[in-house]
Amino acid sequence: MSAKQGKSAGDGKPIKVDYLARVEGEGGLYVQLKDGQVQDVQLRIFEPPRLFEAFLEGRHYTETPDITARICGICPVAYQMSAVHALESILGTAIDPAVRALRRLFYCGEWIESHALHIYLLHAPDFLGYEDAIRMAADHRALVEQGLRLKKIGNRLVAVLGGREIHPISAAVGGFYRVPSKRELCALVDDLRWALDASIATTRAVAGFPFPDFQQDYEFVSLSHPDEYPFNEGRVVSNRGVDISVAEFGEHYVEQHVKHSNALQSRSKERSSYLVGPLARFNLNYDKLPEVARQAASECGLTVPCLNPFQSIVVRAVELIFACHEALRIIEAYEPPPAPRVEAPVCAGVGHAATEAPRGLLYHRYEIDSRGLIVKARIVPPTAQNLKRMEDDLWHFVPQLKDRTAEEVTWQCEQAVRNYDPCISCATHFLKIRIETG
Amino acid sequence: MSSKKAAKDERKTIAVFKFASCDGCQLSLLELEEELLSIVGAVNIVYFPEASRVMLKGPYDIGLVEGSVTTHHEAELIQQVRRQSKMLVTLGACATSGGIQALRNWKDVNLMVRTVYRNPDFISTLKLSTPVAEHVPVDFELRGCPISKYQLLELLSATLAGRKPNIPTYSVCMECKRRDNVCLTVAQGTPCLGPVTQAGCGALCPSFNRGCYGCFGPMESPNTDAMIALFRNLGRSDPEITRAFRTFSAWAWQFRQASEECEHERKAR
Repeated sequence: MSAKQGKSAGDGKPIKVDYLARVEGEGGLYVQLKDGQVQDVQLRIFEPPRLFEAFLEGRHYTETPDITARICGICPVAYQMSAVHALESILGTAIDPAVRALRRLFYCGEWIESHALHIYLLHAPDFLGYEDAIRMAADHRALVEQGLRLKKIGNRLVAVLGGREIHPISAAVGGFYRVPSKRELCALVDDLRWALDASIATTRAVAGFPFPDFQQDYEFVSLSHPDEYPFNEGRVVSNRGVDISVAEFGEHYVEQHVKHSNALQSRSKERSSYLVGPLARFNLNYDKLPEVARQAASECGLTVPCLNPFQSIVVRAVELIFACHEALRIIEAYEPPPAPRVEAPVCAGVGHAATEAPRGLLYHRYEIDSRGLIVKARIVPPTAQNLKRMEDDLWHFVPQLKDRTAEEVTWQCEQAVRNYDPCISCATHFLKIRIETG
Repeated sequence: MSSKKAAKDERKTIAVFKFASCDGCQLSLLELEEELLSIVGAVNIVYFPEASRVMLKGPYDIGLVEGSVTTHHEAELIQQVRRQSKMLVTLGACATSGGIQALRNWKDVNLMVRTVYRNPDFISTLKLSTPVAEHVPVDFELRGCPISKYQLLELLSATLAGRKPNIPTYSVCMECKRRDNVCLTVAQGTPCLGPVTQAGCGALCPSFNRGCYGCFGPMESPNTDAMIALFRNLGRSDPEITRAFRTFSAWAWQFRQASEECEHERKAR
């Protein structure tokens, strides 16, 4: 159907990217233009459905963090964290403050690893005009090496807490299977100090990239905590006056089936698309950032609100500073908890949780029965929430590119999508898929 | 792309393909942070969409496949991938044994689709999630959910050197012994799939004081009957044992058989 429409609409050539590179997962991009006006924008998702919510039914709640981690190899910690918090809210588990701190530290590791991956290996090549980081390394070897070392330090932190970088094995409902000793964590301090300096250097370096002049009036949505830059808990807030508990998330933000994309996309009920991720967190929680991060941001001319999505790479770098600083702070104050985890008696119920994955707010909801088996699961990943917003960005961004060659326009559109660090593997366990054959 | 004038690139070409998966195994290639720049000096990665806009056509010397086959499109694609790859290697539990998404293989997939999607008719998916080897011949399989990045490095090094990769097929128990771990099952009565699971992780879970959950799949000759008996002795119910075998390598035939035995036994009782 839409293939036919595409043909009849087509004076101008559509911009087509069959397989979006440097994003996690499989997706394509289609932009239809007529007389310089955008007619249609589609982020086509052909990542195969994996049906996680369906096969979680009947599994024991204790298996959930291990299973949901497999939704995404890039941000497994996020899936484990949202899962354990949602389930703990059903059981009424009160976790030890040291466990709480360790979970923040765990998240620091994932943010460092994921942000370094995106900044250096996936996004920076766009700004410097390379097809990939490997080709970029030929001319900017020190830069790429710095990125790889940062990424490695984040990974090491995840591995010390979780056993391995991808699909760590230690997170459990109620705490961890094993917690590290103070000495194990202190061994990371030198590297983290280096990483903190490198993050500041990263912020300065990426702030000097050329940014297209493009701003949008976004609805930013993120968690907000009275004392902390958000990781594992807080209320869901937006710059449009939303201030709700996590349990109310499903009432305010809904998935819609949009005809032109055949994809379920999240929207706020009253308004439309919204944005989650670093830009939203930064704009809504700037005052919770440590001084060192705020100072680096202001030195680089990054102010609140930042409305240019291309500058998300700078914001990611500022969050790197935060994550390194926070990790050092937690390690310094760390004393191991009396027990790695607490166990609570099983009871039936419904629980919600949202945590801040590197790419943005990740919502889980579970219903379990009195045996502890999952009756129903719902998972709303950040990329699914951002999909509609990515398309909206392209609607407004493409007309700005009138005088460019087709190759340049295509690349810039890809870059505009990569601003969101989309993780299609995550999004697709519940996205509508349609492979266009006609 | 390299111009004709340039000296002929003698490096072996590598392509990385994704099927139904989480991206974690191909990410392992990028997780080789220290070795990455050396690797790309030794091999030429010409198709790796997760990392590069450059996507060259085959044939390729080595095709690395992540993910299981779950759609009609993927079933066709894997044939093309095989034709283009001189050597085809599966990366991890999804490609090697169908992955966590193979849990659909014991359920009604249409019902599952309706659970997740509002308009099920838009979804085109196969009834089964199957490993690559059920579709085309595979030259080497790397186990794990995710793979061990060091095993990937060993595989690449061995292939370049023209030797067989040194990837053990014995059980996790061997790694536990080597790490001097006290046996969790013997000492604490903790159920552990280590005796039937292939090594490769470095006995990670037992080292973290939890039983192995089998993410590297069955070892070469697993005694699953003895494993089931042991789990029962430790007070595990048959539904619990069924679930224990049905995780990330659920469709690997040894684990599949074991889980079905428990399930049927339960029904027969």
